[in-house]
Amino acid sequence: MAKIVAGIACSHVPAIGIAMDRGTTGTPYWEPLFRGYTPARDWLAKLAPDVAIVVYNDHANAFSLEIVPTFLIGVADKFPIADEGFGPRPVPTVLGSPKLAWHLAESLILDEFDMTIANEMPVDHGLTVPLSVTCGQPAQWPFPVIPICVNVVQYPPPTGARCFKLGSAIRRAVEKFDQDVKVVIYGTGGMSHQLQGERAGLINRQFDTAFLDGLTKDPLALTRIAHTEYMREAGSEGIELVMWHVMRGALDDKVTEVYRHYHVPASNTAAGLLILENRSPA
Amino acid sequence: MNQPRDYDSIPGTYVYDAERGRVGYALNMFCMSLNKVENRRSFKENPSAYLDRFALNSEQRRTVLERDWLGMLKVGGNIYYTIKIAFCDGLTFQDVAGMMSGVSKDAYARMMLAGGRSPEGNRYKNAADAPGPTAASQEPDRG
Repeated sequence: MAKIVAGIACSHVPAIGIAMDRGTTGTPYWEPLFRGYTPARDWLAKLAPDVAIVVYNDHANAFSLEIVPTFLIGVADKFPIADEGFGPRPVPTVLGSPKLAWHLAESLILDEFDMTIANEMPVDHGLTVPLSVTCGQPAQWPFPVIPICVNVVQYPPPTGARCFKLGSAIRRAVEKFDQDVKVVIYGTGGMSHQLQGERAGLINRQFDTAFLDGLTKDPLALTRIAHTEYMREAGSEGIELVMWHVMRGALDDKVTEVYRHYHVPASNTAAGLLILENRSPA
Repeated sequence: MNQPRDYDSIPGTYVYDAERGRVGYALNMFCMSLNKVENRRSFKENPSAYLDRFALNSEQRRTVLERDWLGMLKVGGNIYYTIKIAFCDGLTFQDVAGMMSGVSKDAYARMMLAGGRSPEGNRYKNAADAPGPTAASQEPDRG
């Protein structure tokens, strides 16, 4: 039986990827952020998952406003790296896991989550930065990836509660897969940040800390945060945090916080990283 | 659709909602075209001629040609799209964020290094709209 054993919440700030690609992670600006990533990389290498489900949002790269899928699953055997307007990141092509992905697509739709299915799709920093953060710079990514995209660019994104329920449905689907596969799930984006308008640069450490705490202790309470509250408290782009609920919904009710890292600033953003392990035996 | 939205009370924030999506489509699709290297080249060579390929209105066109980053948001631009013009110019997200918030690049960078813009005093356009006594205190922006 396949099983989700752990969840990783991780900001996907493009500048973090650029710092790695340009080799500037040791500068005084970046060093404190990257120092905090080392324990997460060690943990993940030791866990050695077979597959990662990465919940992220596309930023006007794979999709434009032409078609805006609210929830989408990538079922391809590979996902090329997107050109986001300054050339593709120099990172390995992301390999997919088509059998499990198709199984998830089928199961989720029959479980009343009406997923869009993508057979061809480039992936942008939303997916590749969390891989870089947690895997470093390998010649090939250490595991195949099933991308799940959530719209957070065209308002309104799905609610936090809906995202949590999607996570629960992903868990049910994974557990129905008849092969022994060890799965980790990433929820990406956030934490507090605002990239636009006169209020650009907003950071709310208090909100972020409460969110990190609540994800372990009382995730259902967090799913009741309304969209306007995210935007008011965590910045207009802080609403990306709804994607963390997908990850959390896919885990046990009781989880153990294994690791946390929080740093301000990564460009315009509060960068958060949280690792949660299921308490039930793998 | 035309009802006031509760997020309209957030200062300095342009939520890319249904109304902006309706108004801003052509502007954002022009930005999207800059994901292709050959289009970036054409736009740089002759911005005005390149813009003729898209159905921008005159104000949208002006904001692009003058790089009025804040103005773009007011006429339906979505930051994830308009930033592609900035990338074309060799600017970063932080460069544009500084310009939108009306401070120098250095001042903006200092504000971020000091922990970012505080939510205190930046939650509501009008302090009177804020619920409870604590949120009503209006401090000036840091940085």
